[in-house]
Amino acid sequence: MSDLAERVKKIVVEHLDVDPAKVEPKASFIDDLGADSLDIVELVMAFEEEFDVEIPDDAAETIQTVGDAINFITEQKK
Amino acid sequence: MKRAVITGLGLVTPLASGVEPTWRRILAGESGAGRIEKFDASEMACQIAAEVPRADGYAGGAALVEAGEPEAAFNPDDWVEPREQRRMDDFIVYAVAAAQMAFDDSGVSLKTDEERERAGVMIGSGIGGLPGIEKESLNLAQNGPRRVSPFFITGRLINLASGQVSIRLGLKGPNHAVVTACSSGAHAIGDAARMIMLGDADVMLAGGTEAAISPIGVAGFSACKALTTRFNDRPKLASRPYDRDRDGFLIGEGAGIVVVEEYERAKARGAKIYGEVVGYGLSGDAYHITAPAEDGDGGFRAMRMALERAGLKPDDIDYVNAHGTSTPKGDEIELRAVERLFGKAAEGLVMSSTKSSIGHLLGAAGAVEAIFCLLAMRDNIAPPTINLDNPSVDTPINLAPNKPVEKRIDAVLSNSFGFGGTNACLVMRRADG
Repeated sequence: MSDLAERVKKIVVEHLDVDPAKVEPKASFIDDLGADSLDIVELVMAFEEEFDVEIPDDAAETIQTVGDAINFITEQKK
Repeated sequence: MKRAVITGLGLVTPLASGVEPTWRRILAGESGAGRIEKFDASEMACQIAAEVPRADGYAGGAALVEAGEPEAAFNPDDWVEPREQRRMDDFIVYAVAAAQMAFDDSGVSLKTDEERERAGVMIGSGIGGLPGIEKESLNLAQNGPRRVSPFFITGRLINLASGQVSIRLGLKGPNHAVVTACSSGAHAIGDAARMIMLGDADVMLAGGTEAAISPIGVAGFSACKALTTRFNDRPKLASRPYDRDRDGFLIGEGAGIVVVEEYERAKARGAKIYGEVVGYGLSGDAYHITAPAEDGDGGFRAMRMALERAGLKPDDIDYVNAHGTSTPKGDEIELRAVERLFGKAAEGLVMSSTKSSIGHLLGAAGAVEAIFCLLAMRDNIAPPTINLDNPSVDTPINLAPNKPVEKRIDAVLSNSFGFGGTNACLVMRRADG
C-alpha cells in the first residue's frame, strides 16, 4: 500500500475501531466495517482534515469503500 | 394502584465507581473533593470540584488503585466502547454505567418482546452535554461549520442518556427524560414510580446523571455566586452544610440509577427489595430563579405532599437526606422547613447532607441521595454530614456531624430543590415493613 493508502487505513481503523486486517481496498464501510451513515460523515471529515482536501457532499456519497476513499483523495492530491 | 419497589442500584460518584465502594467511603466520612483536574482552573474563582476517580489514575483514581480497589476507579472502557465514548458527553457514559450496574444488581431478565415492551427508562440531567457544547462551539468558531461532528447533537441531548440505556439494554417501554435542574434525579424516580403504579410499565430504569465540570460550567455557576470560593487550597473541607464557614456548593459529577419494579413482579421472582416508593411530592416556589423562598414554603409543601401520599406521619420518618448544598442561605431555610413540618418529631430525627462528602451532583443528586437513603435503611445506619464542626444553626434535629448514626431505619425522606424554584421529595420505606 502507498503512504496515502496507509494513512487512509489508519484513520478508518481509529474511527471505526475495526481490525486493521479487515481494512482492505474493497471493504465497504457499511457492509464490511459496520459503519452507518453518520460514521461516514465523520470519516469524510477526518479525511478532509488529514489530507487538507475538500470532499463535497455529492462526492462523499460515492465513497463507499476504502478503495473509493483512496482513489478520490489520490485524484484530489494530483 | 400498583406498588413500586426498588430492586437494583447503580452508582458512579466522586468517591468511587460502584454502590458498595461509594457507600463504604460515605460511612467512613471521606470526601471526593479535589483541585479540578479536567482543565486548568487557575483563572477561576472556584478551582475545586468533586470529580469521578478514573482508572487511568486521574482525580483520585490512583489512590483507589493503591488501596487495592482498582475496580472502584471508574473505567469508561468497561461500559462504553472507546469509539462511542468519543461521541458522547460523560453524562451519558456515567448513565450507561450506572444503569448497567442497577440492571445487573436487580437480576431482572427480559426474555420476551412483551417483557421488553413493559420495561422503560426515565433518566434526568440538569444540563446534559455542556462540556461538549462548549468544545464544539469553539471548534465551530475556529474551523467553521463543516468541521462540526455528526455526533455533536446526539452526544449532548439530555434524553440520549435514556436513549443509550434503552438501546444497550433492549428496553422498549416508555422512554422519557427529566430536566428540572438539581431536582431531576428525584423527579425521575418519582415519575418512574408513578408509571409503574399506573401500569404503564413493569420495570423502569430511573435516576439522574451529570457531568458539567467544564470551564463554561464552573464559570457559569461561579458567576451566579453559587459555588464555594474560599476553600481552593483545602478542597476536602469546602462542602460543609450547616457549618458556619460554608460559602457555596462544591460542584460534583456522576450518576445514580435504580431499577423501579412493580411489587408483585418483584415478589414473584424472589427479588431483593431495597424499599418501596410510597410518597412523592412536587412543588414550585414561584419566587426566584436561584434563591429559595425565605420561608422555605416550597420545600415544606413538597415534603408534606410526599408524607400525605405515603400515609405516614412525621414521626414515622427515621432518616432525612437533606438537599443541604452548603450554601449560606439554602441550608438553613430547608432546616427550618423540616423543623416546621416535623414539629415535636424533629427531636431525635436524624438528617444529614451527603453532599458534604461528594459535592453537589446537580441533576444526579436526587437519585444518588435516594440510593443512600435505601442503603441507610438496608444497613440501619445514617450517613454523616462531614465538615460540620461549628454549626451555624441551633436545632433539635441530629445533623449527624462527622460520624454516621446507627439506628433502626424503616422509612426515609429525601429532598431535592432546583434552580427555577422546583422541589421534589421522595419518601421510601421497607417493603416488608
